[in-house]
Amino acid sequence: MIATRDGFGKELVELGKSNPNIVVVSADLEDATRAQLFQQAYPDRFFSVGISEQDMVGTAAGLSLLGFIPFINSFAVFLTNRAYDMLRMDVCYNNTNVKIICSHGGITVGPDGASAQCLEDFALMRVLPNIKVVCPVDEIEARKATRAFAQQKGPMYMRTSRAPFPILTKEADPFVIGKARVMREGKDVTIIGCGIMVSEALAAAGMLAKENIQARVVNMHTIKPLDEKMIIESAQQTGAIVTAEEHQIHGGLGGGVAEVVVRHCPVPMEIVGVNDTFGESGGPEELMALYHLKDKDIVAAVKKVIKLKK
Amino acid sequence: MTRSASIDIPKLKDQARSYRREILETIHAAGSGHPGGSLSAVEILIALYGFQMKHDPQNPLWEDRDRLIVSKGHGSPGIYVALANAGYFPKEELKTFRKLGTRLQGHVHTKTPGIEFNTGSLGHGLSVANGIALGAKILNKSFKAYCLLGDGELQEGSVWEAAMTAAHFKLDHVCAIVDYNKVQENGLVEKIKNLEPLAEKWKSFGWEVREIDGHDFSALLKAFGDFGKVPHKPFVIIANTIKGKGISFMELNAGWHGKAPNKEQLVKALKELEG
Repeated sequence: MIATRDGFGKELVELGKSNPNIVVVSADLEDATRAQLFQQAYPDRFFSVGISEQDMVGTAAGLSLLGFIPFINSFAVFLTNRAYDMLRMDVCYNNTNVKIICSHGGITVGPDGASAQCLEDFALMRVLPNIKVVCPVDEIEARKATRAFAQQKGPMYMRTSRAPFPILTKEADPFVIGKARVMREGKDVTIIGCGIMVSEALAAAGMLAKENIQARVVNMHTIKPLDEKMIIESAQQTGAIVTAEEHQIHGGLGGGVAEVVVRHCPVPMEIVGVNDTFGESGGPEELMALYHLKDKDIVAAVKKVIKLKK
Repeated sequence: MTRSASIDIPKLKDQARSYRREILETIHAAGSGHPGGSLSAVEILIALYGFQMKHDPQNPLWEDRDRLIVSKGHGSPGIYVALANAGYFPKEELKTFRKLGTRLQGHVHTKTPGIEFNTGSLGHGLSVANGIALGAKILNKSFKAYCLLGDGELQEGSVWEAAMTAAHFKLDHVCAIVDYNKVQENGLVEKIKNLEPLAEKWKSFGWEVREIDGHDFSALLKAFGDFGKVPHKPFVIIANTIKGKGISFMELNAGWHGKAPNKEQLVKALKELEG
C-alpha cells in the first residue's frame, strides 16, 4: 500500500535528472503533494509563490512560454476550485505545457473533512478543452503517468491520493494516456473505475463471482480523453455498465461514460460515487463506507443493472 | 528598435492622432469593442513598441525579444493598431477585427503576430510576466517582461499575489505599466472601489514606482529610461491617463468602455481628432 502522491514525487525527481526543462511552481503544499522531493534535488528549478494558487498557475504558464515544463501542485480542492479561471485561461485556452498535479483527491483524504476532500475535480477539469485528465490506480501507475506528462505536450491534470492505495499493476504493464486496461475479465457486466475504486471493483467482482455473476473490471485511469472503444466494446459484450469513482456522481467518470453510452451503445448503467453531498471528518475506510463507495455498494449497483438487462 | 537621440514630439503627437483614428475606425467597422481603454493607452503603446521594447516585427518569435503581456486584453484595438503600425501585419487586416475567421480576436490572442498570450479575463497578466522573468533568469537571458494592466483590473486580488511574487524573487527585469484611466465598466474607479493610495501600494509591495502623465511622451520615455537601472526591484509605471482620451464625448465616460461608435459618432470623433 503506497499513496499515489509518492509515485509522482519520486518519479519527478528521476525525470529532473535528464530533463533540465522540468521546473516546479508551488503554493506551499509541496510537502503534502511530494513535490518537495524535487525541491530538495533541484532547488534552482523550484519556485514557491506562497499560498497563492492563482499566481502559481499564471507563473507556470509564463515559464512554459519559454519552453519549460512546469509542474504545479496543490490539494485538488484548492487548485481546481480556487484557480479555475487561471486553469481555464492560462493553461487550457493558451494550451500551455503546464502539468497540474493535485493530491488529496476524493473522500479518502479523511480527517481534514469536507473542505479538503475534492469530489468535483474530474467534472471541473474534463469540461475544459485541450486538457487530459488522469487518476492513477496505484503508485506504479502514478510514476508512469508522471513520465507521460513530461513527455507529451499540452495541459494535463493528475489526481493523486493522500491515502495509501494497494498495488494493482506491475512495472512491465503498459500505460498509455487514454487507453483503459481490463483488470479482470467477465461477460455479465462491466465495472469501470478509477483510482482506489478499481480495488473496490475487483473486490466486488470477487463477491459477484460467488453468485455466478462474472464482472469485467476496467481501470479507466484516463478520464479525458475517455477510452470510448473500450466503453463501447464492454457495453456490447457485457450488456450493462457500472462506474465507480471517489467523486460526485454528477459530471465525473460516470458522467463521461454515460455520454459515450447514450450516444453509441445504450445499455443499463449505474453510477457509484458520492451522491450530491459534501464529506466530513473520519477515517478513509469509515468515509468510504458512509458515502457508499465500498465493494458491497458496487455489488448492489451491479445487481440493479443486471435486472434491467434485456 | 532603440531609443533615438532626439525625440520628435510633434511627430509622435501626429502618430498618436492617427492611432486614435485607426482605433475608432477599427471598432466602428467591427460594430463592437472597447474604445475607452484603447484610446487611453495610445502614448504608452507608441513608447513601448516605438522606443522601449526590443522586438522585430519581421521575426515575431525572435528568441531574445522583450515580451509584452497585455493583461487588459479588452484593450485589443489599441494593441492591434500598434502592431499593425509596427509592421506585424497589414493595416488592411484591422477591418477583420472581431469577425468570423479573423486573427484579430475580440480580446488579444496569439493568432495575431506579436501577441504573446491570450487574455481577456482580468488579473492574469502579471503572473505570466513573472513566469517569463523567472525563466529568463534560469536561461541567463537578458530580455525583459512587460505587462500592461488596466486600473479597474487592480481590484483583482491575483494582481497583488503577482506583485508580491515579483518583489520576492527580485524580478528587476519586470516592468508593469498601469493605464490609470480612472474609469471602469460601471463608472469611476474611485467610486466603485478606490485604488488610492496607489503609488504607496506598489511601493509597500516592494516595487520601484514612477508616477507620470501617461499622455506625455517625454515623461513616458524618461520613466521607461529608468527601468533596468534599479537592481533587485520590479518596476512599475503608473501612467495617469484619461479614458477615451482625445474624443470629448468619450473622455472619462464609462458609457464608452465597451461600445462602438456609430457612423455619426465616428464622423464627429474623427473631426475632433483633426482639430
